[in-house]
Amino acid sequence: MRELSLHIMDIIENGIGAGADLIHLSIEEDHKKNLIRVTVTDNGQGIPEALLEKVTDPFFTTRTTRRVGLGLSLFREASRRCEGDFSIESREGEGTKVEATFRLDHIDLAPMGDIEGAMTSLIMGSADVDFVYSHHVDGRPFHLDTRSIKKELEGVPINHPKVLQYISETIREGLAEIRRKRNA
Amino acid sequence: MAKLTIEDLKKIKESTKKDTALREGGATVKITVHLGTCGIAAGGREVMDALLQEMAETERQDIRVITSGCMGMCSSEPNVTVELQGKDPVVYQLMDAKKMRQVFKRHVLLGEVQTDFALARMN
Repeated sequence: MRELSLHIMDIIENGIGAGADLIHLSIEEDHKKNLIRVTVTDNGQGIPEALLEKVTDPFFTTRTTRRVGLGLSLFREASRRCEGDFSIESREGEGTKVEATFRLDHIDLAPMGDIEGAMTSLIMGSADVDFVYSHHVDGRPFHLDTRSIKKELEGVPINHPKVLQYISETIREGLAEIRRKRNA
Repeated sequence: MAKLTIEDLKKIKESTKKDTALREGGATVKITVHLGTCGIAAGGREVMDALLQEMAETERQDIRVITSGCMGMCSSEPNVTVELQGKDPVVYQLMDAKKMRQVFKRHVLLGEVQTDFALARMN
């Protein structure tokens, strides 16, 4: 995929498909450690232990519409290409955690890309799912929790276009803030 | 455009009371954007962005947008399914932001199926 944010969107969609109603996304960019770490944790139905080894096989899928399942294998290859690590942990009935690391200065690292577009698309299409998004750049945090937003909205639907616009602006400005201090 | 605050959003509350009821079940138009790995890799997010902008500009309150996974027609992604109440769903293929806007304005708002972009009518 052209951007890491697209891989992230894809992995989060897996969680939604697994019936999750709460998904945590954590992105850490650490210039001292020369590392990006992406973690997606969902509370969906989980993956049986017997299948856990197979899920990164591009020719394995639990879908019935086709015989390939590329999302996890592409994400794993992206991290390996950047000398990173990849892991999946899961418990049936509890959820799944996917974690990938990337060497930050690797020439093959795709840009993070439009993460606010990814998040607003996810929220628009799955308004009943809650997302907790935390992004750290060299320890400086940005945090967004749709549960708090929903509480403050007092009944205004989170997938209302104006709310999505607000969320997109909030993410864009929040990320610019935590990145700006690094350049100063 | 002025920056929105939570206070601005709360003001929307009054005008969306009717809207909430409709979104919860009474939508007359359902738009499904297929965001499986294939759809995302092919540009599905840009299609969603265009759709979001169109949704922000329309006065209509009865349109619902949902995402789903791959439907098995990967080589024609991004696919978008438009279902008007009482009509067969239409699957559009090879969508991009520009086509999405056209489908929204012509099919979703005016009921004119854009056959040039359509892959199939499901029935």
